[in-house]
Amino acid sequence: MLDTLLLSRIQFAANISFHILFPTITIALAWFLVYFKIRYDQTQHPVWLRAYRFWVKIFALTFALGVVSGITMSFQFGTNWPGFMEKVGNIAGPLLGYEVLTAFFMEATFLGVMLFGMKRVSARVHTLSMVIVAIGTSLSAFWILSLNSWMQTPSGFEVRDGVVFPTDWFLVIFNPSFPYRLSHMLLASGLTAAFLIAGVSSYRLLKGDDKKAPQLTLKVSLTVAALLAPLQMFVGDLHGLNTFEHQPQKVAAMEGVWETEKGAPLLLFAIPNEQTKSNDFEIAIPNMASIILTHDKNGEIKGLNEFPDATPPVKPVFFGFRIMVGMGMLMIVVALYFRFTLWRNNTLAPWQLKTLIAMTFSGWIATLSGWYVTEIGRQPYLVSGVLRIEEAVTQVASDNVLISLIAYLTVYVLLLIAYVRTLFYTADKSVEVEEYQKPSIEENVYA
Amino acid sequence: MLDAQMLSFVYASLMALAILLYAVLDGYDLGVGILLPTDNEHHADSMIASIGPFWDANETWLVLAVGLALIAFPAAHSMILQALYLPITVMLIGLIIRGVAFDFRAKAKIKRKSMWNKLFKIGSIISAFTQGYMLGLYVMSFEQSVLAFIFACLSGIGVVAAYALIGAAWLVLKTQDELQLKAIAWCQLATRMAFFGVMAVSAINPIINHSVYVRWFESEILLLLLPMPIVCLVMFVLLDRVLWKLKHQPSVGSWLPFLISCVIFILCFFGLLYSFYPYVVPGKLTIFEALAAPESLRFLFYGVVVVVPTILAYTAFSYRVFWGKVQPLSYY
Ligand code: HDD
Ligand code: HEM
Ligand code: HEM
Repeated sequence: MLDTLLLSRIQFAANISFHILFPTITIALAWFLVYFKIRYDQTQHPVWLRAYRFWVKIFALTFALGVVSGITMSFQFGTNWPGFMEKVGNIAGPLLGYEVLTAFFMEATFLGVMLFGMKRVSARVHTLSMVIVAIGTSLSAFWILSLNSWMQTPSGFEVRDGVVFPTDWFLVIFNPSFPYRLSHMLLASGLTAAFLIAGVSSYRLLKGDDKKAPQLTLKVSLTVAALLAPLQMFVGDLHGLNTFEHQPQKVAAMEGVWETEKGAPLLLFAIPNEQTKSNDFEIAIPNMASIILTHDKNGEIKGLNEFPDATPPVKPVFFGFRIMVGMGMLMIVVALYFRFTLWRNNTLAPWQLKTLIAMTFSGWIATLSGWYVTEIGRQPYLVSGVLRIEEAVTQVASDNVLISLIAYLTVYVLLLIAYVRTLFYTADKSVEVEEYQKPSIEENVYA
Repeated sequence: MLDAQMLSFVYASLMALAILLYAVLDGYDLGVGILLPTDNEHHADSMIASIGPFWDANETWLVLAVGLALIAFPAAHSMILQALYLPITVMLIGLIIRGVAFDFRAKAKIKRKSMWNKLFKIGSIISAFTQGYMLGLYVMSFEQSVLAFIFACLSGIGVVAAYALIGAAWLVLKTQDELQLKAIAWCQLATRMAFFGVMAVSAINPIINHSVYVRWFESEILLLLLPMPIVCLVMFVLLDRVLWKLKHQPSVGSWLPFLISCVIFILCFFGLLYSFYPYVVPGKLTIFEALAAPESLRFLFYGVVVVVPTILAYTAFSYRVFWGKVQPLSYY
């Protein structure tokens, strides 16, 4: 039967998955906008203003969705995971508090100036407001990832009477996995925004939009993607090594290693079987996993057999990891090759534009699967080694959780549809606008 | 120097400040949503333009209030949030719909715009009502009875009226011409409704809540307390007068209704605080029992001392940037 625990888990996963879609875009899109605006301030060339104006609309919409879903998140701890706050609230509380104080207010307030104040403040103050918004979104990521990393690799605390107390705030904030997680997430955001921009720009070009702005944004976004995608693989590798050190059971699940082995192969594909505790249909590169993780052909990788009472579910972790890495590889190939074409021919072939359109939301897929690896790989713990999830769950009746879950899911599905459609509708509208004319009525968004 | 006693007091005050600011600030923008006309696109545009640059930051005070409860009084936080599980869900869905409708209405196809306008209005009403409803349940110590339910509904309507009042007052301040006259009329209506709401809740509360009765009527400082309801009453009368005047001379003192509404909010809020202090969960937990670890609170306290004044300063900056009557909003 569906009990409160399971329903709460599904609800939390649904809420956070929905929330993360939007910050992943805004964190980096804010910086793209800063770049467009600064280039405009410098050159006064209207094409930069065009690029800014188009993307600031998308930004505002995305930001709004991020805010409302974030507000839902901030209630979740109390409504569904009271045990979490009772046990580790002394750590989680201040980190969340600093996020609200240093990031949320700043970004929300200056967002108003950024979106609606361009005519009311000087160009310099306006650009400054944008920089503040961008810093705010990155700071949100800083604090929340610090908390999440602490849940993965807790440090700087002691347990007294079953409650966690901080002993060293520096160690709490900069816990072992935090630097990797933060940089990996920020890069993920950069890639998500870059592919979004590339996808929508390609869509406009394919629709016959022959203005300069979409060509420009396509070029900028592909350049960024070509730089970040390889970097992401590198950081992801470091992240994996860090996980191997601190959460070996997660890596065992990621790599599908059931029994501790020396010289473990890298599984390109397999179907983990939880009953037989082995893999079906393996396609593998011999010794490769050991080389990647231990830099030794015969290095030892601990198998799931070593963690009998802390085994995460293997399938979602295993496949999630392959989807993320697969996306990462695809991004590298596409970004480098297309950027090269653009450099050679100054334009992309229709099939290339179509590929980019298909990859508009590839960042979302990679980000979500990456998070699923991280979060499910931490099971059955909520805070590694400190708090198991069944200790944290709410006392609320399961019917109530079921009702709220259904309500959220309905709203989320509808909003997601509305978001994607509005995104492309905005692109359609901008196709019709003429080059560098005076702002038209439609563009006067509230008039 | 910052012992536990002191910290509970500091954090309780901060939480009170966040709740009060939330009620006033998001109160006016929810109020504007409640009043949104569905038959006059032009007015709807101006009204939404008047809250455009502010609503997001306003809502952040709610996040801070909940955050502070969670940080400083975790036991109370989880007790309250679990007791209010369903109304919170409904409120959040109201806030979600409203927050996104605000943006979608301007970007979706023209034919969808009126749908998003309606959603904006409905979302605002739902959020305001559930907030009042939860306040009612809170006052009734989460009692499960028909009486509590009726009281909560009454309080829900009261909050809708109060938000409509401050929302209308905001519009009187920010708009002109026909819309301003309309806002004055709304404000008059809302003043009466809010007046009856406040009266009803203040009369019923001590009757059904014995401890509240003792607090107010068997208090040694009765004479000190008395000015509070009296001033509140005077404010309502004054507001009514001011609105009559404004009807004929809309340009003089259009900021007065908003100011007076703020005073009413503050007085009601302190009345409520006085009724329950030092309880965070009425009759169950006080702020001294519910406190989190002092070392955590101290760590955050340093941030609070620096950051909260900064927040207030740049909030003031943003209100200054958008000072004056609304102009059509546009993204540049
Ligand atoms: C655009 C998104 C994106 C892309 C292309 C990649 N990742 Fe990733 N990955 C994430 C987005 C992400 C993420 C969603 O941001 C995660 C989840 C938690 C986190 O901090 O980052 C993550 C987690 C994550 C973890 C989990 C570690 C843990 O929780 O303990 C590992 C080992 C990697 N990544 C490794 C890689 C590798 C080797 C990639 C090769 C290209 C890669 N990632 C591409
Ligand atoms: C960075 C801040 C985050 C925090 C503090 C956090 C915290 C939590 C908590 C409290 C739970 C519930 C308990 C549990 O089931 O383990 C959870 C589970 C989960 N989270 Fe996260 N999370 C964060 C980010 C994310 C993101 C961004 C995603 C995905 C997009 C995500 C995906 C999940 C999933 C899928 C689960 C369910 C795991 C399961 O129950 O098997 N989390 N996380
Ligand atoms: C349990 C986890 C989380 C909670 C409780 C939470 C809470 C919130 C809240 C309350 C807001 C709205 C702030 C406002 O009023 O302006 C918000 C927005 C935001 N959150 Fe989260 N969040 C969580 C996870 C995450 C994660 C994993 C990230 C990214 C790495 C993130 C990044 C952001 C950003 C950048 C914003 C700004 C709004 C936007 O860009 O759309 N949050 N979050």
